[in-house]
Amino acid sequence: MSKAAELLQEKFPEEVVEVSEFRGETTIVVKPGRIVDICKALRDDNRTSFRYLSMIAGLDYLPQSPRFGVVYNLYSHKNKNRVTLKALLADDAAPAIDSVVQVWNTANWHEREAYDMMGIRFRGHPDLRRILMPNDWVGHPQRKDYPLRGK
Amino acid sequence: MSAETMKRTETMLLNLGPSHPSTHGVLRVLLELDGELILRADPDIGYLHRGIEKMCEYRTYHRCMPLMNRLDYLAGEVNLFGFCLAMEKLLGIEVPKRVQYIRVMIAELTRIASHLFWLGTHGHDLGAMTPLFYAFREREKIMDMCEMISGARMFPLYFRIGGLAADLPEGIIPAAWEFVKSFPEKHQDYHNLLTKNQIWIERTKDVGVMSADEALDWGWSGPMARGSGINWDLRRDNPYSSYEDFDFVVPLGKNGDTYDRYLVRMEEMLQANRIVKQVLERLPDLPPGDIKAKDPRVSLPPKDAVYNDIAGLINHFKLIQEGIKPPVGEVYQCIEAPKGEMGFYIVSDGSPQPFRLKIRGPSFVNLSAMDKLARGRLLADSIALIGTMDIVLADVDR
Repeated sequence: MSKAAELLQEKFPEEVVEVSEFRGETTIVVKPGRIVDICKALRDDNRTSFRYLSMIAGLDYLPQSPRFGVVYNLYSHKNKNRVTLKALLADDAAPAIDSVVQVWNTANWHEREAYDMMGIRFRGHPDLRRILMPNDWVGHPQRKDYPLRGK
Repeated sequence: MSAETMKRTETMLLNLGPSHPSTHGVLRVLLELDGELILRADPDIGYLHRGIEKMCEYRTYHRCMPLMNRLDYLAGEVNLFGFCLAMEKLLGIEVPKRVQYIRVMIAELTRIASHLFWLGTHGHDLGAMTPLFYAFREREKIMDMCEMISGARMFPLYFRIGGLAADLPEGIIPAAWEFVKSFPEKHQDYHNLLTKNQIWIERTKDVGVMSADEALDWGWSGPMARGSGINWDLRRDNPYSSYEDFDFVVPLGKNGDTYDRYLVRMEEMLQANRIVKQVLERLPDLPPGDIKAKDPRVSLPPKDAVYNDIAGLINHFKLIQEGIKPPVGEVYQCIEAPKGEMGFYIVSDGSPQPFRLKIRGPSFVNLSAMDKLARGRLLADSIALIGTMDIVLADVDR
């Protein structure tokens, strides 16, 4: 098992939902509630030291429920490895999760993009505005029920 | 009333862009100024948003590939390189050594072309007109090589999932050798024009300083991170496509300012040139024509089999009509693109289209630190900052 999964099993046993390996990549599914604590632990613990956030991606699993998910891809320059964190959001109508901007500043724009494209709210984000679409745009284009073109 | 009490000060909002020659595309930056001092810089992006991630969800993997070329259009083939590697990882296939080497060669030539474009425009923005003409002289030769392999200059679309479109054409090897041999001398021309130029130094030294810790926090990668002294190169630390076979040095900066990032990119061009040379030396040992993974799920059968053999015909037909069907799963694959970490996160539900494709563009992430860099600097520095970030708006907006 990867060090990140070990660390989370040890510190947050209640939060870890599933650990999977695919093509040499570790994906850890966690509950969204304590995502900031989890990210901080992964960043600061010497065994993992994931000080670099590669990206955040919003996911829409329509018609499944829970419908929305958020994926974090972390990299450790020390260990030269990666881990993918995934949290599935409980509320299909108004998906929300705590912002990790306080953990990595780079999360700012990634979270704005996920908000813009998927309509996921990041609680505690300093500046949650649309980023790619115009400010007065209606709807969130990358949701699965948003048409590719026209109405 | 005394003159003192009548003095009123207010800050000014200035629109830089979205259509300004130094913003390198359609970038709009909202600057709050106190005189010439920048109090706040808020980049407004999205003018070039084409919804590539959304479009890909409705296309087969093959039909996604032309869109990948159009992400960072100054290094079109490198984006496709990352996408093909991600697909190969998802499918679990190996490509022949010859394919890996040719891909490395094209990617490194593209890196030189991209850096040359950056050098020319960055210099031009800061008032040095001449480097542009010298840089484009060599870039033109790389464009010509791209034209040789595919007929297109900016978007060769030469890589395929599981291989290449065709083997290298005749004439490209001598052209590449000529380029590789003459480039170091040409490179010296750029150094002569800028490196010790007093105006250049004044405009770039101590402008846009980023410490290593801050660069990590802001998610910087590639030459931006290395300029701040972060010793990290995906080609060396997480090698893909046989980069471990090649010998190259990862240049590092010390102060994390615009000048250091300039030196890092300059040295990277020479190192890329070295890698191309090593590929050229080893290519003759690899069997010509070995340009596809031997996997009928991915690679089209040889034309001979399509015309004369029912199994080959069916294979060809199914691949074209239905597309590639990877297993259910998700992968993240990133490469060292000229501008930093270019990543592809593919979620597959087993159908011939990606369920979700997230593109992690280096320009998007690097640009997000604009406000951090610009605060407290002068208005003229904002042009140096946009230049040093080496952004391509097609990559920022996707």
